[in-house]
Amino acid sequence: MSRSYIVDDPVKQRFMLDREALVSQSVLADEMARIFSKCWIYVGHASELKTPNDFITRKVAGRPVIFCRDGKGDIHCHFNTCRHRGALVCTEPQGSRRSFRCVYHGWTYRNDGALAGVPGSEAYRGDFDKSTLGLRSPARFEAYRDFWFLNLAADAPPLREYLGRAADYIDLVIDQSPSGRMEIVAGVQEYDVAANWKLMVENSVDDYHLPSTHSTWLNYMANSGVKIEVPKDGMVLPTRGLAVDLGNGHFTTDNINFRGRPVAAWIPIYGEEAKPEMDEIRRELVARLGPDRAKRVADTNRNLVVFPNLVLNDGSAVTVRTFFPDGPGRMKVTAWALGPVEESEAARARRLDAFLTFYGPGGFATPDDVEALELVQQGLANWQDDRWTEMSRGMGREGDQLNSDEHHLRIFWRRWSQMMEAA
Amino acid sequence: MAAPVTRAEVEDFLFREAALLDEWKLEEWLTLLTQDACYHVPPNDHPDGDPKTTLFILADDIVRIRERIKRLMSPECHAEYPHSRTRRLIGNVRITGTDGDLVTVAANFICYRYRRYERIREYVGSYRHVLKREGAGLLIKERRVVIDAHELGSLGSVSFIL
Repeated sequence: MSRSYIVDDPVKQRFMLDREALVSQSVLADEMARIFSKCWIYVGHASELKTPNDFITRKVAGRPVIFCRDGKGDIHCHFNTCRHRGALVCTEPQGSRRSFRCVYHGWTYRNDGALAGVPGSEAYRGDFDKSTLGLRSPARFEAYRDFWFLNLAADAPPLREYLGRAADYIDLVIDQSPSGRMEIVAGVQEYDVAANWKLMVENSVDDYHLPSTHSTWLNYMANSGVKIEVPKDGMVLPTRGLAVDLGNGHFTTDNINFRGRPVAAWIPIYGEEAKPEMDEIRRELVARLGPDRAKRVADTNRNLVVFPNLVLNDGSAVTVRTFFPDGPGRMKVTAWALGPVEESEAARARRLDAFLTFYGPGGFATPDDVEALELVQQGLANWQDDRWTEMSRGMGREGDQLNSDEHHLRIFWRRWSQMMEAA
Repeated sequence: MAAPVTRAEVEDFLFREAALLDEWKLEEWLTLLTQDACYHVPPNDHPDGDPKTTLFILADDIVRIRERIKRLMSPECHAEYPHSRTRRLIGNVRITGTDGDLVTVAANFICYRYRRYERIREYVGSYRHVLKREGAGLLIKERRVVIDAHELGSLGSVSFIL
């Protein structure tokens, strides 16, 4: 890519995006090469592989992979491609297996990747060497606190360095758990959105849209007894929230909670019977973390984006959400619920119920987000005659940047632009 | 003691329910539910899951069903405004169990959903309901909708009553 898709003018305090970036097949091809092949991309959570020999197959950045534990319990990520003629070697979505056998000619691989069996191997002569024909793996595969990422570039910086200050916000989510261990709950939400994948990045942190897109959700909250303050002093939201730059293209919202949180802000939907346990959860947080940190964990909502496509929403519950392009005008979204491993049955049930008040394809909010993104994509059909998306909101604001500004959206697009223009 | 519920009676009931849903007569549809009814759509990968331990697509108690109907009837429910047009076909109706005044039924469905500018979305699956004998008629006590697809994928959302 030789030209820029953004106009970033600090003097005139204007930021605009060329809409071609959201509709172009060639931009998508560049993204696969320059972003998805260079960044750390989320694969899965260690808790999804409970015991040795567990495996899951999924697509990550368009690549079919096997995410698995070997017999010793070590976690691997293999390309799900036979070294012989290229077929998928594992067709099941998940399960427990010591080895994977290709159905085509029967080559068999151990779950640590080594090639264990080749039918009729005596027919190979010359320098055919089974020890060099194990399943291939991404160049890099590293974890931060059970969140496993791959990187297709061997020269990438270590994951921890890449995450930078985003790790602090991952820690804040994990601090919900007394033992510091969170787990993915059973039940995955996988759905397509007929919109460019970058629109989901924007939507995940854009709190400007809440009053207009989600008025029916706000009404539901109000009907259930949640007090929704009328925004004042030029604000568009009931409580104050910030947009925070975390470096390396990562960013988060950091908002004062008004909506109820399973950890540990009670609202009437949870029921009177939940109060004692929620008080206890809060007491444990204060005892373990101190009052200030406990307040950060319990009384703020945060939507974190780890560049380019991992979102941790710590709001009505915790979601782990990732999405990949499927053409320039379509994406595939996968979302999970995350909860503390030691959570009681009642607390887990409350968390899952709270999740559904807002998130997911049957939630009271997400379907309207999906609708908004699809309407954008449909409107973008006029891109050649109506070229520029306006994204200047809050630009030049002194001091803190608000969650209802577009500061964090600009952080994404600046990073995206930098990577797309890199030599 | 009332006469046992027949398949024909269950079919008539399900067909009437389908007509109300396809016609967006959702307030009237609410009158088909018991005061403690629930409506569940399990996730595609755990069709037999329990919403207390598994993340569902939706799991409403009667309070949230009523709130969902308020939302769906609002022009601010963007995912369903203008309303989708739906048409559902129900077949293979079976009574799979009886317990006092409760009847467990299973039925297959195809629900076509049309929205402007969009391809048809075909929701295919099974209803697994618990109906309750109430006077001369039936009411829905549990309404479980299982989608056959491996993932929601191109179906996108369950933003209407499926």
